[in-house]
Amino acid sequence: MTKGKIWQVFFYLLGITALEFFIALYLIPKGIVSHGVGNFAYIVLTLVKAFYIVAYFMHLKFEKFAFKTSIVVSLIFIIYFIILMLTEGSYMHLHMN
Amino acid sequence: MSTTVSPLDRVKTGAWNGGKSPFDVEYGKIMMWFFLLSDAFTFSAFLIYYGAQRFSKLTWPDPDLVFQSIPGVADHGYPLVFVGIMTFILIMSSVTMVLAVEAGHRNAKKEVVNWMIWTIVGGLMFLGCQALEWTHLHHEGYWWGSFPASYTGVDTIGALQFANLFFTITGFHGFHVFTGVLINIIILSMTLAGVFEKRGSYLMVEKVGLYWHFVDLVWVFVFTFFYLV
Repeated sequence: MTKGKIWQVFFYLLGITALEFFIALYLIPKGIVSHGVGNFAYIVLTLVKAFYIVAYFMHLKFEKFAFKTSIVVSLIFIIYFIILMLTEGSYMHLHMN
Repeated sequence: MSTTVSPLDRVKTGAWNGGKSPFDVEYGKIMMWFFLLSDAFTFSAFLIYYGAQRFSKLTWPDPDLVFQSIPGVADHGYPLVFVGIMTFILIMSSVTMVLAVEAGHRNAKKEVVNWMIWTIVGGLMFLGCQALEWTHLHHEGYWWGSFPASYTGVDTIGALQFANLFFTITGFHGFHVFTGVLINIIILSMTLAGVFEKRGSYLMVEKVGLYWHFVDLVWVFVFTFFYLV
């Protein structure tokens, strides 16, 4: 990766973080967006940041397809775990409180 | 006699026919990736448990109220500012790490040394900030198993879980940063000693780079789920 590309990715990461701060410190307190929309935006922006770090800084984008797949497909387990545990959390919210 | 080779005798040259590395990634680097994958599962387990706890409680401490101080500057009134500085430091040190890797590709020893030093400085600065933040929260009454007396009634249940999970998860992340700094120092010493120069490849810098970026990656998620959401 060239130096130019590295700094470009850095500015993307910085820009996304700045956008998150803008949502947290301006848009939500002023009531322009609700907490729910804000949280959704945070998660999407976080995943975009994660993509840039893994794809460019960790160079995964430029590896062979088979290698990329072997890493990324395993993350399905994490998604499944999120679904399981958040369902469990909601259930406890209803029945324990 | 015919010189044509039957299809069965023809030497196979595809990626999966043996004789070459199908991933085209060096062994140690593949192992680093698989270690990071397992580490990602560990961190996900922590963060998902945090999510489940937060979903299950009636109330949860408001991050804008918990994290609103800049240690040594202001006691309250500045939500997110200090953690913003910490995030910036960690992203910056990730950038200097890639620059070290890039210099390694060109076998530029001096530049590798230079960028590795900046990466280590960034890591130490981040750890210092985290120590300040922990000290501040501890003074306010947060610790494993304790929370400020300002929480009463039903609020105490969420506050207790918040305190436990905050110190456990940021502590586990901080421990990763700490080991990352140690490994970076080892790699810096090896670079200075000319080990990689003799070897003709700075691949080790790439491997610790992967670990360092992973630490940055985890912070991105910790930052979102503890400080923003």
